[in-house]
Amino acid sequence: MLMRRALLIAVPYLWLLLLFLVPFLIVFKISLSDIALAIPPYTPTFKDGIAELISQLDFENFVFLASDDLYWKAYLSSLQIAALSTFMTLLVGYPIAYGMARAPEEWRPTLMMLVILPFWTSFLIRVYAWMGILSSEGLLNQFLMWLGLIGEPLTILNTNVAVYIGIVYTYLPFMILPIYAALDRMDESLIEAAEDLGCSRTQAFWLVTVPLSRNGIIAGCFLVFIPALGEFVIPSLLGGSGTLMIGKVLWEEFFNNRDWPVASAVAVILLLILIVPIVLFQRNQQKQAEAEA
Amino acid sequence: MNYRLMSSVAAATLMATTAVAEEVRVYNWSDYIDESLLDQFEQETGIDLVYDVFDSNEVLETKMLAGGSGYDVVVPSGTFLQRQISAGAFQKLDQSKLPNRENLWDVIEDRVSKYDPNNEYAINYMWGTTGIGVNINKVKEVLGEDAPVGSLSLIFDPANMEKLSECGVHFLDAPVEMIPAALAYLGEDPDSQDVDTIEKAEPVLAAVAPYVQKFHSSEYINALANGDICVAFGWSGDILQARDRAAEADNGVEIEYYAPKEGALMWFDNMAIPVDAPNPEGAHKFLNFIMDAQNMAKASNYVYYANGNKASQEFLEEDVIGDPAIYPDEATLENLYTTSPYDPKLQRVVTRMWTKVKSGT
Repeated sequence: MLMRRALLIAVPYLWLLLLFLVPFLIVFKISLSDIALAIPPYTPTFKDGIAELISQLDFENFVFLASDDLYWKAYLSSLQIAALSTFMTLLVGYPIAYGMARAPEEWRPTLMMLVILPFWTSFLIRVYAWMGILSSEGLLNQFLMWLGLIGEPLTILNTNVAVYIGIVYTYLPFMILPIYAALDRMDESLIEAAEDLGCSRTQAFWLVTVPLSRNGIIAGCFLVFIPALGEFVIPSLLGGSGTLMIGKVLWEEFFNNRDWPVASAVAVILLLILIVPIVLFQRNQQKQAEAEA
Repeated sequence: MNYRLMSSVAAATLMATTAVAEEVRVYNWSDYIDESLLDQFEQETGIDLVYDVFDSNEVLETKMLAGGSGYDVVVPSGTFLQRQISAGAFQKLDQSKLPNRENLWDVIEDRVSKYDPNNEYAINYMWGTTGIGVNINKVKEVLGEDAPVGSLSLIFDPANMEKLSECGVHFLDAPVEMIPAALAYLGEDPDSQDVDTIEKAEPVLAAVAPYVQKFHSSEYINALANGDICVAFGWSGDILQARDRAAEADNGVEIEYYAPKEGALMWFDNMAIPVDAPNPEGAHKFLNFIMDAQNMAKASNYVYYANGNKASQEFLEEDVIGDPAIYPDEATLENLYTTSPYDPKLQRVVTRMWTKVKSGT
């Protein structure tokens, strides 16, 4: 019995160890190394022996990151883009989740299906489709010109606006699903009670519905914010040369400078930045689980 | 990018376990061969050919330096070849297995030996120049009849670029191409390895960057051909492909290519065998097949790039061998320069400068 329990607990820990801790330690080790013209392109490696290895590691690359304003500007700009697009995803996602939760029972599985459906197509293809929609000869511009709203095509593709559109579109389901789950569980008689006690519909929404879906909102925001912060594909395909995001900087360190140690240092700092929201998210999930138990 | 790396690792593992039929895995640039040659190779040798493509030297180099790429033949450009040779990424060619080597062109072999001394590690596949592609009618409309289309002042003089930005300009997103060009425009040594000299390129590039619609290394082919942009600074064969696509579409777009009179970068793409190639024997067979005069001519006739194969020249079509944009005349050849690889410190300066030019940060 005890054995079985220990085994059960060991599974998630083993998972964490193999898929998170070990890769992280490898990246961390590379971030303390020096660039070299060799295979692999850094030194020292484990071939040099453990003692030699440890004596050669240092924090030089982290010092370097602090010396150039490119890096902190890229972190800041990524934080800003991630925060703003999370907020916009919430603005778009909440009404959709609300509508789903208030829809007749028999429609809900279909609506749920429609939210999940885009996942059946490759993420990359969907981002490419947005390139076709947003380009200056694209669908959106042609439609707006046909309506006569604009005379000249708008430049949307290769700007930050396109990046926001891409992130909001891609991560929308991650916002909708937890909010929907929270709203779906809500007892509707609470709204009736609020109205009986003199609340208007809007007041009931803000005083009852929103607080009760708080956990869904928090979960959705984290699920969007965390991956958006390190996003690489969306800014590189939809963004312009002026779009500064840490994912792109990381790519350049790795591929253009072939400086794996500095690239790893950038990644380690990104992870440290992400640990704060991840821990907050975990704590929120735990509190919620306790409250329900 | 993660997905790509993972899938190639998965593919390599899969290959190791299921290697029954003989297989050669080739990793070449995109749009860079007549694909009928691939079938022909399989028929002639009975070897299965796996043909993958990439679109930047950086991606190839990262795979080579990570090791275990699973490829038997790869195609790095000159400076990248040199650096990867010093990193120990390639094996020496076994010349006894390459009888067609005698077809190669000594002039080009000599130039490639700058990167690969004694041509021990690689054979030249194709070569070309980096220069200016113009939609000639639009450019003349904007700048007048005497627009300096054959000069770098077309793209580095802000006064010209301000006007050209109306009809659209693309630059290569490759600092190793753009910085030497800016130095050539200034009359400096384009192959300079001196930080102070290289930094002189920054104000030139920064002054015209606001007028560049996009920095990208392949989109300009279609953009030029469709008439979306009127000037591109790019690779010769790509611009000639744009010229042909426009002619085929018959859309009134007329594209011309110029190797700038201030000097143009001459580059070489070369085939080499990774040190850990699973099938070096088959890789040599592929190299020998490619060096066959008729096969090489077929490839050049298809992609509009010059090759390093002297014997293939009699099989080249007139619009390839006779086009000075592809096979430059003696005078132009004199005016072409080559570059050397930057060391890691300089590479960092160059990448940083390029980020600053593009994003202003």
